[in-house]
Amino acid sequence: MKPLHRILMALGAVALLGLFFFPMWSITLEAPQYPKGSELGIDIHINNVEGSRPNDLDNINNLNHYIGMKRIEPDSIPELKYMPVIVLVLVGLGLLVAAFGKRWMILVWLGLLTGAGALGMYDFWLWEYDYGHNLDPHAIIKIEGMSYQPPLLGTEQLLNFTASSYPAVGFAFIALGGLLAVIAWWLSRDRTTTH
Amino acid sequence: MITSRSFLRGCLTLIAALSLVSCNKDDGSSGGAFSGDAASRVYVAPGQKDEFYSFVSGGFSGQLAVYGIPSGRLFRVIPVFSVDPEKGWGFTEETKPMLNTSHGFVPWDDSHHPDMSQTGGVADGKWVFINGNNTPRIARIDLTDFRTKEILEIPNSAGNHSSPFSTENSEYVVSGTRFSVPIPQEDISITQYSEKFRGALTFVKVDKTSGQMDIDFQLLVPGFDYDLARAGKGPSHDWMFMSCYNTEQANTMKEINASQNDKDFIIAINWKKCAELAAQGKGTIMNVDYAHNVYNDATHSATSTIKKQIRILTTADIKGALYYMPTPKSPHGCDVDPSGELIVGGGKLATVIPVMSFSKMLKAIESGKFDKEIDGIPVLNYKDCLAGEVVRPGLGPLHTEFDGKGYAYTSMFVSSEIVKWSLKDFKVVDRVPTYYSIGHLNIPGGNSTKPWGKYVIAYNKITKDRYLPTGPELTQSAQLYDISGEKMKLLLDFPTIGEPHYAVACPADLIMKNSRKMYQLKENKHPHATLKEADTKVVRSGNDVHVYMTSIRSHFSPDNIEGVRVGDKVYWHVTNLEQDWDVPHGFAVIGANNSELLIMPGETCTLLWEPKRAGVFPFYCTDFCSALHQEMQGYVRVSNGGSGQVTWNKK
Repeated sequence: MKPLHRILMALGAVALLGLFFFPMWSITLEAPQYPKGSELGIDIHINNVEGSRPNDLDNINNLNHYIGMKRIEPDSIPELKYMPVIVLVLVGLGLLVAAFGKRWMILVWLGLLTGAGALGMYDFWLWEYDYGHNLDPHAIIKIEGMSYQPPLLGTEQLLNFTASSYPAVGFAFIALGGLLAVIAWWLSRDRTTTH
Repeated sequence: MITSRSFLRGCLTLIAALSLVSCNKDDGSSGGAFSGDAASRVYVAPGQKDEFYSFVSGGFSGQLAVYGIPSGRLFRVIPVFSVDPEKGWGFTEETKPMLNTSHGFVPWDDSHHPDMSQTGGVADGKWVFINGNNTPRIARIDLTDFRTKEILEIPNSAGNHSSPFSTENSEYVVSGTRFSVPIPQEDISITQYSEKFRGALTFVKVDKTSGQMDIDFQLLVPGFDYDLARAGKGPSHDWMFMSCYNTEQANTMKEINASQNDKDFIIAINWKKCAELAAQGKGTIMNVDYAHNVYNDATHSATSTIKKQIRILTTADIKGALYYMPTPKSPHGCDVDPSGELIVGGGKLATVIPVMSFSKMLKAIESGKFDKEIDGIPVLNYKDCLAGEVVRPGLGPLHTEFDGKGYAYTSMFVSSEIVKWSLKDFKVVDRVPTYYSIGHLNIPGGNSTKPWGKYVIAYNKITKDRYLPTGPELTQSAQLYDISGEKMKLLLDFPTIGEPHYAVACPADLIMKNSRKMYQLKENKHPHATLKEADTKVVRSGNDVHVYMTSIRSHFSPDNIEGVRVGDKVYWHVTNLEQDWDVPHGFAVIGANNSELLIMPGETCTLLWEPKRAGVFPFYCTDFCSALHQEMQGYVRVSNGGSGQVTWNKK
């Protein structure tokens, strides 16, 4: 790996730090009572779950009591404590890859990044499933066969709410990190043997 | 020689004739051919918003109404001087002090003239000031939440009509008395009017950031009837112009006796000079009583303070700061054009519209050539100050506003029309009938240095046959005219509350962007607020029972209360825990002798309830808050005697 490749790899690793500043995923909830522009939203950061606007989380929790959904309490979600550590470890490993300058290490790092991402999505789905299915039996509104799991990715109608779940700005930093690593790997391929 | 009575009779006959004529000839222009175009001009499609906010005085309703222009849709009636049980205004423990005066609690007033705060002579969208005519007061309405935040009583004034017109940067709002009275009040014969009665012109300082009002000084001037005012702008920045009638100083049958002089006055007041003299300690301190009521945003509660002293300046104290400009007959309007050079009088009984020149006035003052002096106030020569006259403008000119494109629009009460005339040559260029008998008119920003001259709105005094009849008491009405072209065009009639006197309007953006959505619960400093359900409780102290209650979709906490006794005073302190837009909760309890509560998100309100019989009584939410709003209810048990030990359910 030439200096340029090492720099690209290092930038790729550092790009992940964007996750500390921007949410990686957002769920928005639109309804006749919460029209576009006044819709409710949840932003998922690596270290926090918060409303897209002040009070959104409280209002979502308050509305969810009608269907018997548990309150979303960021303090009770342990992943929010692990995830920052995992991201920092990935950044550190990425910088080490750049320091050692071994091409195969890039692939290992990309594998770890993808693995962590996939695990994260699975975990996210488990939480969504839990919130959507484990409902208070004394809930005010009970509809036979109805659960309230928001989509993992995409848009779905849940009673009067249109729930949309999409990657947010922070996710772009993961993509950027991966992309820079791929570029570093591709550019650093041995070009002398090809003719 | 025409007597005033026969002149008036002539005018009345003319009204009848004109309205007949207009009915015939205007059916086309006000309906038929033009209606398609007019409809599209005022149509604001569902979900779309109006271009302007218009704040229209409620007249004898005592309130201020908010309309959208061009649609003429009513959005809200802001309670100001009159109680409003719907909103609990004047009934809740928090708002009762707002209507306190030196006469005690006054539940009503007559509000005429809103004026918006200005910066650099342009409406700035911060506050609307409005006068209470009957028990002299000025109120300040905050345009972030459309609520009355302050009411200041004006001592020595006997009718706050010439008010609250603002100076160019809202340094001051003014209060001129409509009725002169003995000052200080004394028990004397009414016939002593001319020697004993005086007029009080009060200058109220406005704090630039908080908007809080404070009486800076009061001028004691000859006992005339002070009517309307406008502050100067640009070159005339330092001056306030105020019209006055009854310069005859009649004390009976003013209809005739105050209509004898061919000319009355516009008093020109150099307020800057007066303020400087007041600051230097000129004049005297007079002992008076006046209420200053302030609503505190943090505690959601008002306090009323009776203040005791004001600074009085007599005409001798401020030589060179007051001048009378003669103006034809019994003036109402007194309006300054956007340049600040022209002052337009509106003599109700005058046959011309006089246009006075500020620069000529200054020259006349400099020359020292005065017609006479009244109580040390020089009377300038009419011709010396005159820029020109609008001749044959119509009958009964009242009030003038400006479009910023070189034209003035004057309302003509008697001939029931708006007359458009040029500020260049004072020639009438257009006239259009109003239905009927227009009082004030308003162009958005039409009193400022930068009018948004797209519409003029007529505020009419009678409606006769314009709407479906509703018995002897008919709707009141405004009319919207397009003034973007050469000819004025009637676009819309719309009903108004109370009697619409004056109004102010400004572009919607100016206000919309600052509009509050809710009160922050974490900033709620109400002494009886309950910020979370876990803290709800009921506390007895003697015969007072304080219920610390919360409301959130869709329940009250607590919702079962026992231990209240007949004869207790129960204070329901209800905090709306919602922090969501447009989720108010209401509170009503059977037999309440006052009102309901309407509690905005994050707000705390208190209703006093004095149960008169034993039993179990319901209370409920009055504002349809959610699908389970009907279930948002509870019970309170009232006992005859008993231990009085209060209990309540915890969630």
